[in-house]
Amino acid sequence: MSAIVTRAPRRVGGAIARYVILALFALAFLLPLYVMVTASLKPARDAGIDGMWLLPQVIDFSGLATAWERISPNMLNSVVLVIPATIISSMIGSINGFLLSKIRFRWSNVAFVVILVGMYIPFQAILVPLVQFLQSVGLYGTMPGLILTHVIYGLPITTLIFRNYYVGIPNELVEAASIDGAGVVRTYLSIFLPLSAPGFVVCAIFQFTNIWNDFLFGLVVIPSSTLQPVTVALNNLSGTTSVDWNVVMAGALIAAVPTLIAYIFLGRFFVKGLIAGSYR
Amino acid sequence: MADTATSLGVRRSSIRRASGSRLHRGRRTLAAALFAPTLLVVGIFVYGFIAFTLRVSVSKDYNPLNRDLTATPGLLDNYAELMATPRFQASLRNIIIFTIAVLVVSVVVGMVLALIVDKTVRASGLFRSIYLLPYALSFIVTGVVWRWIFTPETGINLLLQASGVSGLYQSVTGEPLKPGWITDPTVAGSVNDLIAAVFPGAADFLQAQLGIPLALIPVVVAASWQLSGFAMAMFLAGLGGIPEEIKEASRVDGAGAWRGFWNITFPLLRPTIVIALVLLGHVALKSFDLFYAMVGSGPGFATDIPGIFVYDQMFRALNYNIGAAASIVMLVLVSVVVVPYLARTYAREDA
Repeated sequence: MSAIVTRAPRRVGGAIARYVILALFALAFLLPLYVMVTASLKPARDAGIDGMWLLPQVIDFSGLATAWERISPNMLNSVVLVIPATIISSMIGSINGFLLSKIRFRWSNVAFVVILVGMYIPFQAILVPLVQFLQSVGLYGTMPGLILTHVIYGLPITTLIFRNYYVGIPNELVEAASIDGAGVVRTYLSIFLPLSAPGFVVCAIFQFTNIWNDFLFGLVVIPSSTLQPVTVALNNLSGTTSVDWNVVMAGALIAAVPTLIAYIFLGRFFVKGLIAGSYR
Repeated sequence: MADTATSLGVRRSSIRRASGSRLHRGRRTLAAALFAPTLLVVGIFVYGFIAFTLRVSVSKDYNPLNRDLTATPGLLDNYAELMATPRFQASLRNIIIFTIAVLVVSVVVGMVLALIVDKTVRASGLFRSIYLLPYALSFIVTGVVWRWIFTPETGINLLLQASGVSGLYQSVTGEPLKPGWITDPTVAGSVNDLIAAVFPGAADFLQAQLGIPLALIPVVVAASWQLSGFAMAMFLAGLGGIPEEIKEASRVDGAGAWRGFWNITFPLLRPTIVIALVLLGHVALKSFDLFYAMVGSGPGFATDIPGIFVYDQMFRALNYNIGAAASIVMLVLVSVVVVPYLARTYAREDA
């Protein structure tokens, strides 16, 4: 009895201390986002050196308008890039994941590790032959070339995500299908594909974020600034000294919005993708 | 034991044979055939391309126009030249210091956050979402915003003034507190003289100051800001795998709490720590975007890293052979971290 009486305040104290720590960290994590959002809503003269941390005195959309004018063509490029690249790489990943987890052919584990290595390599080590290859097939500097690049180097991660997803689906389904006389292709199309919606959401969000946020491939595969994705355009915008900070921050905000929306509304799947992509 | 296993094995295979092994074998062959294109593509675009880069890295003057793969007189001439370059020495120093610092900060912060969030019932989802949010952003966005925050004329230094830290510093030391952050070329704690005293030969080879470049600190902050949430998510997954009774036992209030963590929770989290170190470590070693957007090579190459060095050599200086050699060095650095991990998990799975 007395133990409960003496321990209760300490529990409450501990809970308060935990919330204080969490809140302080939350503040620190949100500070850069605060700077980005407030600066993009300020007129150029207020988004200078002295007033960086202050709230906007007046709400001004000129920064957002200028940034949008500068980078909206590149936003469109990113959309045109990310949609087909995400869909194609998720489809292939789903087939591969099914084959590796449910049919398990000879050497399939070795084959899996051989594929997986591709997601760890620094892409700098393949850039020269990649550019040379894309030039020789006439895809260098084109959006299809960049899409192809992302599909190819996305194979390891999408295969991994789907392999981990299908491991959670009972093997009995494969056996039942094979007793019914269904072959590999029919087992996948009529049984596993319909069960794959959650896997596709997880994989698609992961790839969408990855490809949208990519910089190196966009920079190297496409030299023309009008065709480059938005990350490259944002970097160019921020490197221009004549551009005001409210415009740069507005550009950063605009470039971040699609992945932020995906994260805010589908965060659950985002976390699942992270975990599925981390463990093998 | 062995006999039972063998007889079971025999029995199982005979059953399989009876129920139509030809069908099974057919399925497996078809599966392998369906997987073959992926294997072929990865074989070419990952392994084949790395082999090509390796070939370029030992060539005398390859460029994409002449495609001349004539090798250098000595096999490793380009690597010797690369390693003797002051800038590349600085790059290697920077990436190693950066990686270690980011690993320490994000694993510690990630674990602390995970432990508290895991304990907290109300609003823990909100906090978790806030901490992981930076990970959804592009490194370019992160770099652009943090560059502004660490510009000496504004940002952090304004906060230091407003909070009175600058004033306090000045009254104690008599010097104004004006950290240069990303513009600071200082390399602190250089051990070059020490090395020269112990290994006189090494002193001639070492062109870069072997210490901690202060301009790296803001980049470590930005990277940890972005990656700590990822570490937290992994630790939360790890904590989720620990049975509730064990966690309860380690959560004794008071003096035993710390010991409970060290003796019970921490050992159970060790596999997660290894995975977090490998995954974050390889991301840090491959860094490019964040540095490119935030600091570039920095004053006196204080923030130059192999990723940027390779890009500059290949696509600006058009020095493909040295660039290729540097990219192979990057690959080796990443392999040191990743290969033991892959080999271990693979061996376990196969057993």
